[in-house]
Amino acid sequence: MFGLDLSFVNWDIISRFVIKGFIFSVQLTVVATLGGIIFGTLLALMRLSGKAILTVPATIYVNGMRSVPLVMVILWFFLLVPASFYSLIPGGSNYRAEISAVITFVAFEAAYFSEIMRAGIQSISRGQVNAGRALGMTYAQNMRLIILPQAFRNMVPILLTQTIILFQDTSLVYAIGAYDLLKGFTTAGKLYGRTEEAYLLAAVVYFVICFGLSFMVKRLNSRIAIIR
Amino acid sequence: MIELKEVSKWYGDVQVLNNCTTSIQKGEVVVVCGPSGSGKSTLIKTINALEPFQKGQIFVDGQAVHDPKTDLPKLRSRVGMVFQNFELFPHLSVTENLTLAQVKVLGRKPDEAKTHGLKYLDRVGLMAHKDKFPGQLSGGQQQRVAIARALSMDPIAMLFDEPTSALDPEMVGEVLDCMMGLATDGMTMMVVTHEMGFAKKVGSRVIFMDVGGRILEDCSKEEFFSHPENRQPRTKEFLNKILQH
Repeated sequence: MFGLDLSFVNWDIISRFVIKGFIFSVQLTVVATLGGIIFGTLLALMRLSGKAILTVPATIYVNGMRSVPLVMVILWFFLLVPASFYSLIPGGSNYRAEISAVITFVAFEAAYFSEIMRAGIQSISRGQVNAGRALGMTYAQNMRLIILPQAFRNMVPILLTQTIILFQDTSLVYAIGAYDLLKGFTTAGKLYGRTEEAYLLAAVVYFVICFGLSFMVKRLNSRIAIIR
Repeated sequence: MIELKEVSKWYGDVQVLNNCTTSIQKGEVVVVCGPSGSGKSTLIKTINALEPFQKGQIFVDGQAVHDPKTDLPKLRSRVGMVFQNFELFPHLSVTENLTLAQVKVLGRKPDEAKTHGLKYLDRVGLMAHKDKFPGQLSGGQQQRVAIARALSMDPIAMLFDEPTSALDPEMVGEVLDCMMGLATDGMTMMVVTHEMGFAKKVGSRVIFMDVGGRILEDCSKEEFFSHPENRQPRTKEFLNKILQH
Protein backbone atom coordinates (compact mmCIF):
# COMPACT_ATOMS: atom_id res chain seq x y z
CA MET A 1 0.00 0.00 0.00
CA PHE A 2 1.41 3.43 -1.07
CA GLY A 3 4.66 1.56 -1.65
CA LEU A 4 5.58 1.80 2.03
CA ASP A 5 7.82 -0.86 3.44
CA LEU A 6 8.11 -1.01 7.18
CA SER A 7 10.04 -4.24 7.20
CA PHE A 8 13.31 -2.41 7.97
CA VAL A 9 12.07 -1.64 11.48
CA ASN A 10 13.45 -3.93 14.12
CA TRP A 11 14.60 -3.76 17.75
CA ASP A 12 18.13 -3.07 16.67
CA ILE A 13 17.13 0.15 14.90
CA ILE A 14 14.95 1.22 17.77
CA SER A 15 17.62 0.67 20.38
CA ARG A 16 20.42 2.18 18.26
CA PHE A 17 18.69 5.32 16.99
CA VAL A 18 15.27 5.93 18.46
CA ILE A 19 15.76 5.35 22.21
CA LYS A 20 18.60 7.84 22.44
CA GLY A 21 16.52 10.53 20.75
CA PHE A 22 13.46 9.68 22.82
CA ILE A 23 15.44 10.06 26.04
CA PHE A 24 16.67 13.49 25.01
CA SER A 25 13.18 14.62 23.98
CA VAL A 26 11.81 13.57 27.35
CA GLN A 27 14.72 15.15 29.23
CA LEU A 28 14.25 18.37 27.31
CA THR A 29 10.52 18.37 28.05
CA VAL A 30 11.00 17.68 31.76
CA VAL A 31 13.77 20.25 32.27
CA ALA A 32 11.98 22.89 30.20
CA THR A 33 8.73 22.30 32.11
CA LEU A 34 10.33 22.50 35.55
CA GLY A 35 12.59 25.41 34.60
CA GLY A 36 9.73 27.10 32.77
CA ILE A 37 7.44 26.82 35.80
CA ILE A 38 10.12 28.11 38.21
CA PHE A 39 11.20 31.06 36.06
CA GLY A 40 7.65 31.56 34.81
CA THR A 41 6.38 31.89 38.39
CA LEU A 42 9.13 34.41 39.12
CA LEU A 43 8.17 36.39 36.00
CA ALA A 44 4.50 36.23 37.02
CA LEU A 45 5.34 37.52 40.52
CA MET A 46 7.40 40.32 38.97
CA ARG A 47 4.51 41.31 36.72
CA LEU A 48 2.05 41.29 39.62
CA SER A 49 4.37 43.13 42.02
CA GLY A 50 3.04 46.55 41.02
CA LYS A 51 6.58 47.95 41.01
CA ALA A 52 7.57 49.36 37.61
CA ILE A 53 11.19 48.30 38.05
CA LEU A 54 9.98 44.66 38.08
CA THR A 55 6.84 44.74 35.94
CA VAL A 56 8.35 46.54 32.94
CA PRO A 57 11.27 44.17 32.24
CA ALA A 58 9.12 41.10 32.92
CA THR A 59 6.37 42.35 30.61
CA ILE A 60 8.83 43.15 27.82
CA TYR A 61 10.46 39.74 28.18
CA VAL A 62 7.20 37.77 28.20
CA ASN A 63 5.59 39.66 25.32
CA GLY A 64 8.82 39.58 23.35
CA MET A 65 9.26 35.83 23.70
CA ARG A 66 5.63 35.18 22.88
CA SER A 67 5.85 37.22 19.68
CA VAL A 68 8.72 35.29 18.13
CA PRO A 69 8.58 31.80 16.58
CA LEU A 70 10.31 29.25 18.79
CA VAL A 71 12.43 27.90 15.96
CA MET A 72 13.98 31.35 15.47
CA VAL A 73 14.85 31.63 19.16
CA ILE A 74 16.46 28.19 18.97
CA LEU A 75 18.53 29.22 15.94
CA TRP A 76 19.56 32.61 17.31
CA PHE A 77 20.72 31.23 20.61
CA PHE A 78 22.66 28.46 18.89
CA LEU A 79 24.29 30.80 16.39
CA LEU A 80 24.96 33.79 18.63
CA VAL A 81 26.35 32.15 21.74
CA PRO A 82 30.10 31.62 21.31
CA ALA A 83 31.62 28.15 21.52
CA SER A 84 33.61 29.20 24.57
CA PHE A 85 30.33 29.30 26.52
CA TYR A 86 29.84 25.56 26.11
CA SER A 87 33.35 24.75 27.26
CA LEU A 88 32.37 26.21 30.65
CA ILE A 89 30.17 23.14 31.12
CA PRO A 90 32.10 19.88 31.67
CA GLY A 91 31.88 17.86 28.44
CA GLY A 92 29.74 20.64 27.01
CA SER A 93 31.62 21.06 23.75
CA ASN A 94 30.34 17.70 22.48
CA TYR A 95 26.71 18.59 23.20
CA ARG A 96 26.49 22.15 21.91
CA ALA A 97 23.15 21.68 20.18
CA GLU A 98 21.59 19.83 23.12
CA ILE A 99 22.74 22.32 25.77
CA SER A 100 21.68 25.20 23.59
CA ALA A 101 18.26 23.57 23.13
CA VAL A 102 17.73 23.10 26.88
CA ILE A 103 18.58 26.72 27.71
CA THR A 104 16.46 28.06 24.87
CA PHE A 105 13.46 25.98 25.83
CA VAL A 106 13.60 26.98 29.50
CA ALA A 107 13.86 30.64 28.53
CA PHE A 108 11.09 30.39 25.95
CA GLU A 109 8.67 28.29 27.98
CA ALA A 110 9.12 30.54 31.03
CA ALA A 111 7.26 33.22 29.07
CA TYR A 112 4.30 30.91 28.42
CA PHE A 113 4.24 29.39 31.90
CA SER A 114 4.40 32.87 33.43
CA GLU A 115 1.13 33.78 31.72
CA ILE A 116 -0.46 30.59 33.05
CA MET A 117 0.81 31.24 36.60
CA ARG A 118 -0.26 34.88 36.41
CA ALA A 119 -3.81 33.82 35.57
CA GLY A 120 -3.61 31.24 38.36
CA ILE A 121 -2.50 33.76 40.96
CA GLN A 122 -5.18 36.20 39.86
CA SER A 123 -7.79 33.46 40.19
CA ILE A 124 -7.28 33.44 43.97
CA SER A 125 -9.78 35.75 45.63
CA ARG A 126 -8.89 38.90 47.50
CA GLY A 127 -10.55 37.32 50.53
CA GLN A 128 -7.98 34.51 50.66
CA VAL A 129 -5.16 37.04 50.45
CA ASN A 130 -6.72 39.04 53.29
CA ALA A 131 -7.23 35.91 55.40
CA GLY A 132 -3.54 35.10 55.18
CA ARG A 133 -2.55 38.67 55.95
CA ALA A 134 -4.99 38.88 58.86
CA LEU A 135 -3.24 35.88 60.43
CA GLY A 136 0.01 37.84 60.41
CA MET A 137 1.66 36.28 57.39
CA THR A 138 4.13 38.34 55.43
CA TYR A 139 3.71 38.87 51.69
CA ALA A 140 6.20 36.09 50.97
CA GLN A 141 4.61 33.62 53.40
CA ASN A 142 1.17 34.36 52.03
CA MET A 143 2.38 33.79 48.45
CA ARG A 144 4.23 30.60 49.28
CA LEU A 145 1.74 28.97 51.66
CA ILE A 146 -1.67 30.22 50.59
CA ILE A 147 -1.76 31.70 47.10
CA LEU A 148 0.76 29.75 45.00
CA PRO A 149 -0.34 26.27 46.17
CA GLN A 150 -3.93 27.11 45.22
CA ALA A 151 -2.96 28.89 42.01
CA PHE A 152 -0.79 25.94 41.02
CA ARG A 153 -3.59 23.45 41.69
CA ASN A 154 -6.07 25.50 39.69
CA MET A 155 -3.62 25.61 36.81
CA VAL A 156 -2.46 21.98 36.71
CA PRO A 157 -4.63 21.02 33.72
CA ILE A 158 -3.39 23.97 31.68
CA LEU A 159 0.21 23.43 32.82
CA LEU A 160 0.06 19.80 31.67
CA THR A 161 -1.53 20.76 28.36
CA GLN A 162 1.27 23.25 27.83
CA THR A 163 3.75 20.47 28.63
CA ILE A 164 2.24 18.29 25.90
CA ILE A 165 2.58 21.13 23.41
CA LEU A 166 6.14 21.55 24.66
CA PHE A 167 6.88 17.89 23.98
CA GLN A 168 5.71 18.33 20.40
CA ASP A 169 7.74 21.51 20.05
CA THR A 170 10.95 19.76 21.09
CA SER A 171 11.03 18.37 17.52
CA LEU A 172 12.01 21.90 16.42
CA VAL A 173 15.54 21.28 17.64
CA TYR A 174 16.08 19.64 14.24
CA ALA A 175 16.99 23.18 13.17
CA ILE A 176 20.25 23.02 15.09
CA GLY A 177 20.83 19.30 14.68
CA ALA A 178 20.27 18.22 18.27
CA TYR A 179 19.60 14.50 18.57
CA ASP A 180 15.96 14.13 19.62
CA LEU A 181 13.22 11.60 18.93
CA LEU A 182 12.53 12.91 15.42
CA LYS A 183 16.23 12.94 14.60
CA GLY A 184 16.44 9.30 15.74
CA PHE A 185 13.84 8.30 13.17
CA THR A 186 15.33 10.52 10.46
CA THR A 187 18.78 9.05 10.96
CA ALA A 188 17.49 5.48 10.83
CA GLY A 189 15.36 6.28 7.77
CA LYS A 190 18.28 7.80 5.90
CA LEU A 191 20.56 4.93 6.76
CA TYR A 192 18.12 2.37 5.34
CA GLY A 193 16.84 4.57 2.53
CA ARG A 194 13.35 4.60 4.07
CA THR A 195 12.81 8.29 4.84
CA GLU A 196 9.02 8.37 4.30
CA GLU A 197 8.42 5.35 6.47
CA ALA A 198 10.61 6.79 9.22
CA TYR A 199 8.70 10.10 9.25
CA LEU A 200 5.41 8.24 9.29
CA LEU A 201 6.53 6.16 12.26
CA ALA A 202 7.75 9.30 14.04
CA ALA A 203 4.33 10.86 13.56
CA VAL A 204 2.64 7.76 14.99
CA VAL A 205 4.92 7.76 18.05
CA TYR A 206 4.34 11.50 18.72
CA PHE A 207 0.60 10.99 18.28
CA VAL A 208 0.40 8.03 20.65
CA ILE A 209 2.43 9.78 23.36
CA CYS A 210 0.58 13.09 23.17
CA PHE A 211 -2.86 11.55 22.84
CA GLY A 212 -2.16 9.26 25.80
CA LEU A 213 -0.96 12.19 27.91
CA SER A 214 -4.00 14.30 27.01
CA PHE A 215 -6.22 11.45 28.10
CA MET A 216 -4.36 11.18 31.40
CA VAL A 217 -4.64 14.94 31.98
CA LYS A 218 -8.41 14.67 31.59
CA ARG A 219 -8.62 11.91 34.17
CA LEU A 220 -6.20 13.59 36.57
CA ASN A 221 -8.13 16.82 36.26
CA SER A 222 -11.22 15.34 37.85
CA ARG A 223 -9.21 13.81 40.68
CA ILE A 224 -7.07 16.71 41.88
CA ALA A 225 -9.66 19.48 41.89
CA ILE A 226 -9.89 21.14 45.32
CA ILE A 227 -13.13 20.27 47.05
CA ARG A 228 -15.14 23.47 47.32
CA MET B 1 -7.27 48.92 73.67
CA ILE B 2 -8.28 50.05 70.16
CA GLU B 3 -8.46 53.73 69.36
CA LEU B 4 -9.46 55.42 66.12
CA LYS B 5 -8.87 59.14 65.75
CA GLU B 6 -10.38 61.08 62.85
CA VAL B 7 -9.84 58.31 60.33
CA SER B 8 -10.65 59.21 56.73
CA LYS B 9 -10.25 57.18 53.59
CA TRP B 10 -10.85 57.83 49.91
CA TYR B 11 -11.07 55.60 46.87
CA GLY B 12 -9.97 58.14 44.28
CA ASP B 13 -12.47 60.98 44.70
CA VAL B 14 -15.00 58.96 46.66
CA GLN B 15 -14.78 59.30 50.40
CA VAL B 16 -15.55 55.99 52.12
CA LEU B 17 -14.60 56.91 55.69
CA ASN B 18 -15.26 60.38 57.04
CA ASN B 19 -13.54 61.45 60.25
CA CYS B 20 -14.30 58.30 62.19
CA THR B 21 -13.41 58.51 65.86
CA THR B 22 -14.16 55.83 68.41
CA SER B 23 -12.47 53.53 70.86
CA ILE B 24 -12.90 50.06 72.22
CA GLN B 25 -11.96 49.21 75.78
CA LYS B 26 -10.69 45.84 76.90
CA GLY B 27 -13.56 43.37 77.21
CA GLU B 28 -16.03 45.51 75.30
CA VAL B 29 -18.23 44.10 72.55
CA VAL B 30 -18.87 46.84 70.03
CA VAL B 31 -21.46 46.23 67.35
CA VAL B 32 -21.18 48.24 64.14
CA CYS B 33 -24.28 48.49 61.98
CA GLY B 34 -25.53 50.62 59.13
CA PRO B 35 -26.76 50.39 55.55
CA SER B 36 -24.59 48.81 52.88
CA GLY B 37 -22.06 51.22 51.47
CA SER B 38 -21.67 52.98 54.80
CA GLY B 39 -18.08 51.79 55.23
CA LYS B 40 -18.60 49.40 58.14
CA SER B 41 -16.41 46.67 56.64
CA THR B 42 -13.84 49.18 55.51
CA LEU B 43 -13.69 50.69 58.98
CA ILE B 44 -13.12 47.35 60.71
CA LYS B 45 -10.43 46.43 58.16
CA THR B 46 -8.49 49.61 58.83
CA ILE B 47 -7.92 48.40 62.39
CA ASN B 48 -5.66 45.54 61.30
CA ALA B 49 -4.42 47.52 58.30
CA LEU B 50 -6.01 45.31 55.67
CA GLU B 51 -7.37 48.58 54.33
CA PRO B 52 -5.00 51.52 54.25
CA PHE B 53 -6.33 54.97 55.17
CA GLN B 54 -5.10 58.40 54.17
CA LYS B 55 -5.89 60.50 57.23
CA GLY B 56 -6.12 59.96 60.95
CA GLN B 57 -4.62 57.66 63.52
CA ILE B 58 -5.35 54.16 64.79
CA PHE B 59 -3.76 52.63 67.86
CA VAL B 60 -4.04 48.95 68.71
CA ASP B 61 -2.76 48.12 72.17
CA GLY B 62 -0.62 51.26 71.97
CA GLN B 63 0.84 50.42 68.56
CA ALA B 64 0.32 52.94 65.78
CA VAL B 65 -1.27 51.29 62.74
CA HIS B 66 -0.74 54.45 60.65
CA ASP B 67 2.99 54.52 61.36
CA PRO B 68 4.90 53.14 58.34
CA LYS B 69 7.53 51.81 60.76
CA THR B 70 5.05 49.50 62.51
CA ASP B 71 5.51 45.79 61.82
CA LEU B 72 2.04 45.23 60.39
CA PRO B 73 2.22 41.43 59.99
CA LYS B 74 3.15 41.19 63.66
CA LEU B 75 0.35 43.52 64.68
CA ARG B 76 -2.16 41.54 62.59
CA SER B 77 -1.05 38.30 64.22
CA ARG B 78 -2.30 39.70 67.53
CA VAL B 79 -5.75 40.69 66.23
CA GLY B 80 -8.09 37.91 65.13
CA MET B 81 -10.36 38.44 62.16
CA VAL B 82 -13.40 36.53 60.92
CA PHE B 83 -14.67 37.22 57.41
CA GLN B 84 -18.07 37.20 55.77
CA ASN B 85 -17.05 34.39 53.41
CA PHE B 86 -15.13 32.38 56.05
CA GLU B 87 -11.95 32.31 53.94
CA LEU B 88 -10.65 29.04 55.26
CA PHE B 89 -7.79 27.79 53.13
CA PRO B 90 -9.46 25.24 50.83
CA HIS B 91 -6.25 23.34 50.05
CA LEU B 92 -5.55 22.61 53.73
CA SER B 93 -7.36 20.35 56.19
CA VAL B 94 -9.22 21.83 59.14
CA THR B 95 -6.30 21.01 61.46
CA GLU B 96 -3.78 22.55 59.04
CA ASN B 97 -5.96 25.66 58.82
CA LEU B 98 -5.73 25.93 62.60
CA THR B 99 -2.00 25.34 62.89
CA LEU B 100 -0.42 26.98 59.81
CA ALA B 101 -0.14 30.52 61.11
CA GLN B 102 0.68 29.38 64.65
CA VAL B 103 3.73 27.57 63.29
CA LYS B 104 4.78 29.97 60.52
CA VAL B 105 3.97 33.26 62.22
CA LEU B 106 4.22 32.62 65.94
CA GLY B 107 6.95 30.00 65.63
CA ARG B 108 5.16 27.41 67.73
CA LYS B 109 6.17 23.77 67.42
CA PRO B 110 3.77 21.75 65.21
CA ASP B 111 2.70 19.48 68.10
CA GLU B 112 2.06 22.39 70.40
CA ALA B 113 0.16 24.25 67.66
CA LYS B 114 -1.97 21.20 67.00
CA THR B 115 -2.91 20.67 70.65
CA HIS B 116 -3.66 24.37 70.99
CA GLY B 117 -5.68 24.58 67.77
CA LEU B 118 -7.71 21.46 68.52
CA LYS B 119 -8.58 22.87 71.93
CA TYR B 120 -10.39 25.71 70.17
CA LEU B 121 -11.86 23.39 67.56
CA ASP B 122 -13.33 21.40 70.44
CA ARG B 123 -14.65 24.59 71.94
CA VAL B 124 -16.59 25.44 68.77
CA GLY B 125 -17.86 21.86 68.83
CA LEU B 126 -16.22 20.54 65.68
CA MET B 127 -13.59 18.11 66.95
CA ALA B 128 -15.13 15.34 64.85
CA HIS B 129 -14.25 17.27 61.67
CA LYS B 130 -10.57 17.88 62.36
CA ASP B 131 -9.31 15.89 59.38
CA LYS B 132 -11.85 17.13 56.85
CA PHE B 133 -11.31 19.82 54.26
CA PRO B 134 -13.22 23.12 54.43
CA GLY B 135 -15.26 22.23 51.34
CA GLN B 136 -16.71 19.24 53.17
CA LEU B 137 -18.23 21.41 55.90
CA SER B 138 -21.42 23.47 55.93
CA GLY B 139 -21.20 27.24 55.95
CA GLY B 140 -21.90 27.46 59.65
CA GLN B 141 -19.27 24.84 60.43
CA GLN B 142 -16.73 26.63 58.23
CA GLN B 143 -17.37 29.89 60.03
CA ARG B 144 -16.90 28.19 63.41
CA VAL B 145 -13.59 26.73 62.21
CA ALA B 146 -12.63 30.24 61.07
CA ILE B 147 -13.38 31.51 64.58
CA ALA B 148 -11.28 28.71 66.09
CA ARG B 149 -8.47 29.52 63.63
CA ALA B 150 -8.44 33.15 64.75
CA LEU B 151 -8.59 32.16 68.45
CA SER B 152 -5.67 29.74 68.05
CA MET B 153 -3.44 32.76 67.61
CA ASP B 154 -4.40 33.96 71.12
CA PRO B 155 -5.52 37.38 69.88
CA ILE B 156 -5.92 40.39 72.16
CA ALA B 157 -9.10 41.32 70.27
CA MET B 158 -11.36 39.86 67.59
CA LEU B 159 -12.80 41.60 64.56
CA PHE B 160 -15.89 40.14 62.88
CA ASP B 161 -16.83 41.36 59.42
CA GLU B 162 -20.47 40.38 58.83
CA PRO B 163 -19.82 36.85 60.09
CA THR B 164 -23.36 35.59 59.49
CA SER B 165 -24.31 37.43 56.29
CA ALA B 166 -23.27 34.63 53.95
CA LEU B 167 -24.95 31.90 55.96
CA ASP B 168 -28.21 30.05 55.41
CA PRO B 169 -30.70 31.20 58.06
CA GLU B 170 -30.62 27.92 59.99
CA MET B 171 -26.87 28.22 60.46
CA VAL B 172 -26.81 31.76 61.80
CA GLY B 173 -27.66 30.58 65.31
CA GLU B 174 -24.71 28.23 65.78
CA VAL B 175 -22.24 30.96 64.78
CA LEU B 176 -23.90 33.58 66.97
CA ASP B 177 -23.90 31.15 69.93
CA CYS B 178 -20.21 30.68 69.41
CA MET B 179 -19.64 34.45 69.37
CA MET B 180 -21.80 35.00 72.42
CA GLY B 181 -19.74 32.45 74.30
CA LEU B 182 -16.65 34.43 73.43
CA ALA B 183 -18.25 37.69 74.51
CA THR B 184 -19.28 36.26 77.88
CA ASP B 185 -15.71 35.06 78.37
CA GLY B 186 -14.58 38.65 78.17
CA MET B 187 -13.06 38.77 74.68
CA THR B 188 -12.69 42.25 73.24
CA MET B 189 -14.76 42.24 70.08
CA MET B 190 -15.77 44.53 67.24
CA VAL B 191 -18.58 43.05 65.20
CA VAL B 192 -20.03 44.36 61.97
CA THR B 193 -23.48 42.80 61.84
CA HIS B 194 -27.19 43.40 61.38
CA GLU B 195 -28.04 40.82 64.05
CA MET B 196 -29.67 43.19 66.52
CA GLY B 197 -30.49 40.26 68.79
CA PHE B 198 -26.77 39.69 69.24
CA ALA B 199 -26.23 43.38 69.93
CA LYS B 200 -29.00 43.40 72.55
CA LYS B 201 -27.79 40.26 74.28
CA VAL B 202 -24.04 40.69 74.54
CA GLY B 203 -23.22 44.09 73.03
CA SER B 204 -21.67 46.80 75.18
CA ARG B 205 -21.89 49.59 72.63
CA VAL B 206 -23.45 50.18 69.25
CA ILE B 207 -21.96 52.24 66.44
CA PHE B 208 -24.24 53.27 63.59
CA MET B 209 -22.66 54.37 60.33
CA ASP B 210 -24.33 56.08 57.40
CA VAL B 211 -23.53 56.32 53.71
CA GLY B 212 -20.39 58.34 53.17
CA GLY B 213 -18.55 56.61 55.97
CA ARG B 214 -19.66 58.76 58.89
CA ILE B 215 -20.25 57.51 62.41
CA LEU B 216 -23.72 58.76 63.25
CA GLU B 217 -24.24 57.09 66.60
CA ASP B 218 -21.79 55.73 69.15
CA CYS B 219 -23.44 54.93 72.44
CA SER B 220 -24.14 52.21 74.96
CA LYS B 221 -26.45 49.39 73.97
CA GLU B 222 -29.03 50.47 76.57
CA GLU B 223 -29.09 54.01 75.25
CA PHE B 224 -29.23 52.82 71.61
CA PHE B 225 -32.18 50.49 71.98
CA SER B 226 -34.11 51.98 74.93
CA HIS B 227 -34.20 55.62 73.89
CA PRO B 228 -35.16 55.75 70.22
CA GLU B 229 -36.26 59.37 70.74
CA ASN B 230 -32.62 60.38 71.13
CA ARG B 231 -31.55 58.75 67.85
CA GLN B 232 -30.87 60.58 64.61
CA PRO B 233 -33.60 60.39 61.95
CA ARG B 234 -31.39 58.18 59.72
CA THR B 235 -30.84 55.73 62.56
CA LYS B 236 -34.53 55.51 63.35
CA GLU B 237 -35.33 54.91 59.71
CA PHE B 238 -32.72 52.14 59.52
CA LEU B 239 -33.80 50.46 62.75
CA ASN B 240 -37.46 50.58 61.71
CA LYS B 241 -36.56 48.83 58.50
CA ILE B 242 -34.49 46.02 59.94
CA LEU B 243 -36.52 45.46 63.11
CA GLN B 244 -39.84 45.32 61.25
CA HIS B 245 -39.66 41.63 60.46
